[in-house]
Amino acid sequence: MKVSLFATCLANQFYADACADTVRLLRHLGVEVDVPKAQTCCGQPAYNAGRRAEACDMARHTATVFSDSGYIVLPSGSCVGMMRSHYPDLLSEDETVPDLVGRTFELSQFLVRVMGVTKLGKGLEGQQIAYHHSCHALRELGVRDEPLALLRGCGAEVVPWEADEECCGFGGLFSAKLPETSAAMADRKLDTLPEVDVLTSTDGGCLMQMSGRASRRSVGPPFKHLASLLWEGVGT
Amino acid sequence: MSGGSTPGQYRNEAARTIREEPQVRDSVTKATLTFDAHRVEAFAQIDSERWRDWARDVKTHLLTHLDKYLEEAEAQLIANGAKVHWAETAEDALEILAGIVREHGIKSAVKAKSMLSEELRVNPHLEKLGVDVRETDLGEYILQLLGEPPSHIVGPAIHKSLEDCRELFHERLGTPVNAEPDELAAAAREALRKDFLAADLGISGGNFMAADTGTIALIENEGNIRLSTSLPRVHVAFVGIEKLVPTLTDVAGFVQLTSRAATGQPVGNYVSLIQGPKKADEPDGPEEVHVVLVDNGRTKLLADDEAWEALRCVRCGACLNICPVYRQTGGHAYGWTYSGPIGAIIAPGILGLEESMPLPHASSLCGACADVCPVRIPIPDLLVHWREKAVTAGLAPKSETLGLKAYSALAQRPKLFNTAGAIMRRAPLELGGRALPILSGWVLERAAPEPSAKSFMQMWEEGIV
Repeated sequence: MKVSLFATCLANQFYADACADTVRLLRHLGVEVDVPKAQTCCGQPAYNAGRRAEACDMARHTATVFSDSGYIVLPSGSCVGMMRSHYPDLLSEDETVPDLVGRTFELSQFLVRVMGVTKLGKGLEGQQIAYHHSCHALRELGVRDEPLALLRGCGAEVVPWEADEECCGFGGLFSAKLPETSAAMADRKLDTLPEVDVLTSTDGGCLMQMSGRASRRSVGPPFKHLASLLWEGVGT
Repeated sequence: MSGGSTPGQYRNEAARTIREEPQVRDSVTKATLTFDAHRVEAFAQIDSERWRDWARDVKTHLLTHLDKYLEEAEAQLIANGAKVHWAETAEDALEILAGIVREHGIKSAVKAKSMLSEELRVNPHLEKLGVDVRETDLGEYILQLLGEPPSHIVGPAIHKSLEDCRELFHERLGTPVNAEPDELAAAAREALRKDFLAADLGISGGNFMAADTGTIALIENEGNIRLSTSLPRVHVAFVGIEKLVPTLTDVAGFVQLTSRAATGQPVGNYVSLIQGPKKADEPDGPEEVHVVLVDNGRTKLLADDEAWEALRCVRCGACLNICPVYRQTGGHAYGWTYSGPIGAIIAPGILGLEESMPLPHASSLCGACADVCPVRIPIPDLLVHWREKAVTAGLAPKSETLGLKAYSALAQRPKLFNTAGAIMRRAPLELGGRALPILSGWVLERAAPEPSAKSFMQMWEEGIV
C-alpha cells in the first residue's frame, strides 16, 4: 500500500516529530510512504478568513501536488476537513483531486477505516489519557471512535472528560483575532480536565492552543500529538 | 451594566465581560449546558433527523414562495377581523405603533416576550409616547428592572444568577434575602397582576403565522403571553415576514420542534393561537388585533444567494446554547438584539455588513451549531460567506489582508515557503510576537508556540528512522 503524507503547514513546523512518527507508524504497518516536496498549506487559513481567491490558489496548488498520489494521509483532521468539504466548492472538477473523499484521510481515520487496524501494540498500558475531539475531525469527518479505539488498543485508558467534544478555542485566526474569548474557551477545557498522564488530539492546532494556554497558566498535563502517542503505543 | 455597546465593540466587550464579570460566564455556561442537555434528551425521543428535514423543507418552500403566502396570510387576517400593517423598516413599525397608541389613547401597555420588539426598540419608543410599558416575561421583567436588554433569545436573563435575582427582588419587591425561586416568581406575579389589569394595550411577537388561516402562534411557559394578548382591549403583534408557514398543520409541527430545540419540552406549557379580535358572542379577548408584518432587512437577506437560508430560523436559541464562543460571554457582548451564531449571520441583513463586523468572525467555525439547528441552517458556511463578503467590500483589516496575501503567495512557492518557515522557527516568538500583527493576539493570552527543532520536511530530507 502506498501513502502520500501531507504533513500540513502547522505540523511541519510545530509538530515535526508527530509527522515523523506518522511515517514510522505507517512504515511499521507495511505502508510505503512518500512526501511530495512541493506541499505547503491546504488553504484553510485563507478560507476561514473569507479570502476565497487566496484559498482557491492554495487549494489548486495542493491538488496539483497530490494529483498523482494514491492515498493522502494527514496528521490533522481540520486540513482533511478543508480538503474534503471545501475543495469541491473552491475548485473546478478538473482542478480538484480526483476521488478526494475516497483518498484523503486523517491518520486515525485511515488506520481504522482503510487499513482495518485497531491493535498496534501495548505501549500505552497503564497510561491515563484525555482525548480532545478536534471539531473538524469530529464534525466534518465524523471521526469519533477511531482515535479512541486505537488508544485503547494500545492499552491506554481514555478518561471521561465532560468537555471532550467542545471546541478548544483555536479556530486558526480566531485565536489571534479574539484572543480573550479564545483563551476563555481553552480555560473551559483545562478547568474541566480530569487528572491524566497526557492529553492528546488529532490536530496540532488544538494542542498548540491548549498547551499554550496551559503553559501561560502553569497548569495541565503534557500534551502529545496522537501520531506520537500511537507510535509510542506500538511499543517497539 | 452591559448592553449599550455596538457589534463593532465586540472584542473589547467580550474581553471586558470575561475579565470583569466572571459570574456571567459561569451563569451562561451553566444555563446553556442545561438547555442543551434537555434538547439532546428531547431530540432523542423523536426521529429528530426527519423532523429537521421536514422543517427545513417547509421553511425553504415558504421562503421561495414568500410573496404568495404573505398575500394569503393578509387576506386571511383581514377576513378574521384583524388589521394588517406592513412595515418596511423599524421606523415604519414604530410609526404604526404610534398611530395605534394615539387612536386608542393608550396609557399603559403589557408586553409578551418578543425579540422582534427588541430589534425594533419598541420600549423606548413607547416611553417617548408617554406609555407605561411593562415586560411580563419573568426574565424580561427582571431585565427591565435592571435596565438591561435580553442576552439570549429564549432565556433573556440567563446571564443572571439566582443570587442576582434574590438581591434585586429583595431591594425592589421586598422579598426575603434568601427567597426561593418560587417565592421570587410569586412576587413578580403579584406585581405584574396589577399591570395586566390596568393595561389597555398588549404587545406580542409571533413564533409562527399560518398563511392558510391567518393564525398567529405563540409559545410560552408562564402564561404571561396569553394574558398580554387577551386582557387588554388592543393587541398589537409584531411578526417578521419570515415567521410565516403555509398551513396551521405546519404550525402544529413547528411548535413541537421549536419547543424541543429550545428547552427540551415536547411543547411549551402554553401555546396560544390567535385568530383576530373578540367576536360578538365571545366573553373575552381584545377588541382590536393589529398585525404588523415587519421586513426590516429580511428581504435583503432573502435576496442573497446564500444568506437567505438564515431566514428559516425559528429563534429556538439552540445554536447559542451549544456555542462555545457564546458561552464565554453571553449575549450582551455582541452589541445588538440577536447574539450567538444566528445573530452573526442575520446581522448583515438587518444592520448592514459594515455595522455587523466583526460578528461573523466571532466563531471558531467549530460547527456545533449546524449539528443542532432544527431547520438545518448551514451556520458555519454562512459565517464564512459574510467573511468573504466583508473581504470583497474592503472591510477586512489591512494587516490581515497583507498577511494572508503574502502567505498565499509563499504557499505556491514551496522553496520560499520552507525558507520562511525556517526563519519563523528561529524567531523569538514569545518576545518578538508582541510586535507582530497576528502573533501579538496569540501571546497576549498564551505562551508562544514552540517550533520543532527541525521542520518535518528537513527531517524527511535527512531520512527518518
